[in-house]
Amino acid sequence: MASKQFDIKSYTGFKSITLLCLAVLYAPLLVVTIYSFNASQSLTNWEGLSLRWYADVFTGPESAKFKSAAWNSFVIAIIAATLATTIATLAATAMVRGGKFRLRTVSFGLISLPLMVPEIVTAVATLIFFNAIGFDRGVMTILLAHIAFCIPFAYLPISARMQGIEDSYEQAALDLYATKRQAFTRILLPLMMPGIISGFLLAFIVSLDDFIITNFVKGAGVETLPTAIFGSVKQGIKPNIMAISTMLLGVSVVMVTISYLVGKSDNTK
Amino acid sequence: MSDREQIAIDVRDAVKRYGDFTALKRISLSIMDNEFFTLLGPSGCGKTTLLRMIAGFEDVTEGAIFLYGDEIETLPPNKRPVNTVFQNYALFPHMTILDNVGFGLEMRGKSKSEARRKAGEMLELVQLSQFAARKPSQLSGGQQQRVALARALAPQPKVLLLDEPLSALDLKLRKAMQLELKHLQRETGITFIFVTHDQEEALTMSDRIAVMSAGELQQLGAPTDIYERPHNMFVADFIGETNLLEVSVDAIDDGRATCHLGGGHQLTCNAVDGIGVGAKVHMSIRPERLYMSGAPERDGSLHGRVKENIFIGTDITTIVALDEGPDFVVRTSNSDRGNKRIFEPGSEMFVNMELGAARLLVD
Repeated sequence: MASKQFDIKSYTGFKSITLLCLAVLYAPLLVVTIYSFNASQSLTNWEGLSLRWYADVFTGPESAKFKSAAWNSFVIAIIAATLATTIATLAATAMVRGGKFRLRTVSFGLISLPLMVPEIVTAVATLIFFNAIGFDRGVMTILLAHIAFCIPFAYLPISARMQGIEDSYEQAALDLYATKRQAFTRILLPLMMPGIISGFLLAFIVSLDDFIITNFVKGAGVETLPTAIFGSVKQGIKPNIMAISTMLLGVSVVMVTISYLVGKSDNTK
Repeated sequence: MSDREQIAIDVRDAVKRYGDFTALKRISLSIMDNEFFTLLGPSGCGKTTLLRMIAGFEDVTEGAIFLYGDEIETLPPNKRPVNTVFQNYALFPHMTILDNVGFGLEMRGKSKSEARRKAGEMLELVQLSQFAARKPSQLSGGQQQRVALARALAPQPKVLLLDEPLSALDLKLRKAMQLELKHLQRETGITFIFVTHDQEEALTMSDRIAVMSAGELQQLGAPTDIYERPHNMFVADFIGETNLLEVSVDAIDDGRATCHLGGGHQLTCNAVDGIGVGAKVHMSIRPERLYMSGAPERDGSLHGRVKENIFIGTDITTIVALDEGPDFVVRTSNSDRGNKRIFEPGSEMFVNMELGAARLLVD
């Protein structure tokens, strides 16, 4: 490490700015999490620890709505993440192993651009597209939209991983009488697996959490968890919303943690 | 080359171009069955390109490659009965050592258990049986190298290709592996084609060496041929240390050429085809073929003065300035110290050589 003088931790205000950023980022989440265990009807008065709002989510008057929304959300997230990951894996293989082909840079831009396009624009465009081709809105439209916008999220960790795999492994496999397919399935795919799992989990979370695009392309009566929560909140915030949000947060944290751990485990070393 | 000897790899007029750049300029060479053959040259000379063309990783722009009589240059790598030891070993990181070695056998249709049994035998051959269950990352560089060797030999290829496999090892291990490779080649009877830029390595291991430079074959021959009778400037300079002198050929008589160099010094050496009287060419004399004496020993003695002695362990290198002529490097074995063959800097002496020590070079 450099001398103490240039240690960034010794800069004036380093500690306070860091704490401020952490507070802005995490205080709201912390408040929601804590108050989801509140025994009170009120959102702000603490009346003791209780799991009543968690019970309410599963058995209360809105439980049927939440259950079907959660089911939709998970099914859509799993299918969308699986298909998006498959497409992203093939795309990454072509991009990284395809050598220099024409429009390679353009292809990379086209794959990752959706990350930078404002989501509302994608949402409106997707809606107009479905209308234009006369596709009735429902679960299917949500699924198709999710597959499309999940691809870049799945692509990035997979292609990052792939760039770290030397092509001499595939050459060695071919040299040892493997066919191209065997070289892919026996050598390249296992080596890419951490990136693929990472990409899948990222795509899963992005799909599970998506609100804007889903809200535009969903049909009447079809809800995912985010749209159901939003619908509920419009009629007034109740503590059960905090319970359901906390559970969703928990799922996200678990997924992100797995994604991080898998990404870190490097089977090429 | 007798008729009984079989040609393992026959490269005929092979050309490799990348766009405008020509990496190989029409190379033809025959590698014999059961031979330890080395492609030697500086980086960028095309030796690895040629090896990769034999393995099937590079297309052949023009020409043909035959493997025991079968034309192979259009076959994909997995259809060629040759295996490669890669420079970085390229061991599959997610597989155990045993599965790595058994991979080629399995791909050739052997059952998993059969592949494992054979792989176990190969590991015994390279003395790594105790590491069978480990992953490549848990082995040292030298051990990984031997695994790569076992993996490439396991499917019993007709020809084994080795792409600078020793370059990542330290000197001591490299020397040990050179001998091990040589023994392995003798034991298995498989033709080895070895690529290296290390001339000492090439001289130590090879039956024959092809010296390459700038995509062209410079000389092909046994190590002693290449070292003692270099064909041209490049080979003389690249292989070992040498005195390169500009000389003029004065007379050729009975297979002997009389030449003079700067300062009027005269030298006699064997004549070479293609170099006639009046030619101004280069001459190569190996430093260890020269010796010093206090008095002239024969006609060829050259008078000079010692500039510097450099002690390099086994030998002593002496820089000698000839009277009004070029500098010479003379190498004397350390064991000759007692024979008064070493002279102090500044002292006058004569440099002598046997006929045949000097070699005239084409271009």
